[in-house]
Amino acid sequence: MPASTANSTVSSAFWRGARHGSPFILVIVPFSVLFGVVATEAGLNVFETLAFSVVVIAGAAQFTAVQLLVDNAPTAIVLASALAVNLRMAMYSASLTPYLGSAPLWQRALCAYLTVDQSYAVSIARYELEPEMPVPQKVAYFVGTTLFIVPLWYAFTVVGALIGSAIPDSLALDFALPITFLAMVAPMLQTLAHVAAAVVAVVLSLVLAGLPYSLGVLVAGAFGMMAGAQVEVMMTRRAAP
Amino acid sequence: MIENKTELWTVIILLGLGSFTLRFLFTGFVGDRQMPAWVLRHLRYTAVAVLPALVAPLVVWPAATGGQPDPVRMSAAVATLAVGYFSKNVLAAIATGAVVLFGGIYLMG
Repeated sequence: MPASTANSTVSSAFWRGARHGSPFILVIVPFSVLFGVVATEAGLNVFETLAFSVVVIAGAAQFTAVQLLVDNAPTAIVLASALAVNLRMAMYSASLTPYLGSAPLWQRALCAYLTVDQSYAVSIARYELEPEMPVPQKVAYFVGTTLFIVPLWYAFTVVGALIGSAIPDSLALDFALPITFLAMVAPMLQTLAHVAAAVVAVVLSLVLAGLPYSLGVLVAGAFGMMAGAQVEVMMTRRAAP
Repeated sequence: MIENKTELWTVIILLGLGSFTLRFLFTGFVGDRQMPAWVLRHLRYTAVAVLPALVAPLVVWPAATGGQPDPVRMSAAVATLAVGYFSKNVLAAIATGAVVLFGGIYLMG
């Protein structure tokens, strides 16, 4: 294939990814504003808030870290809890490996930085539909899905940080974090195993709420994961002929 | 309020490095080798276990009410969960939770 044709198909894969990722603008904008607001309420300045979004680029983990920092948890617990929230990124990475594993190292590193729930979800759905797509196009598609959402994630974090300090306490923004998390988790509850994982984690988290440094969250999360895996095994056995 | 800026920057930088490592772990280091099925099976449930565990105490004992269970916040949480579960729409769930929360606060004074 002539180089110009190869370039144009890579370029069209990029723009197709951008188009397929664009609906998530509606999710990213309010969520990033919310992070800016919550971080500002927690005492971060605009630069610190933006740095958080650029360096970490993971909404739920950022909320977790800020929440635990406000609670004065030790640094190790803040990191362990936020990374536990981000463990799904390792799962995404594992699931993307068969499709992107043979790309050049710098491209895999770029995709790794850009791996968020939205880019993963859009891309993996496309790869499963079109497994024959050449690897350079797969990479271009993946990067394309983040064309709007990642810059908007940065930009609206700043917007949230700027308006956040002007928002009065009476607006009950303390509860923005639970609502956002619940809104993110609810659509993920697709099977009985997911529900079991969530229920076990919630019950244990409430039982263990007295543990210091939010250790209860980690223990409850670990047992929730085991419950989910166990129920999945049981459901698979039941479905087997 | 977060006042220890050294701790804050330590968290930002190490969390950034750690998050990148998690994202790069398999595409970067594993390549084409297959993961053990039991590991993947557990990782599938990380988000649906850890996030609800984090939120549950905040819903049941909200900081804003001094840790007293609050029917308005509880209702907002349940409404968010229900709309998110049935509609699969994150935005609709957030909007519903916000409406119930602010509506409830307005009505209850």
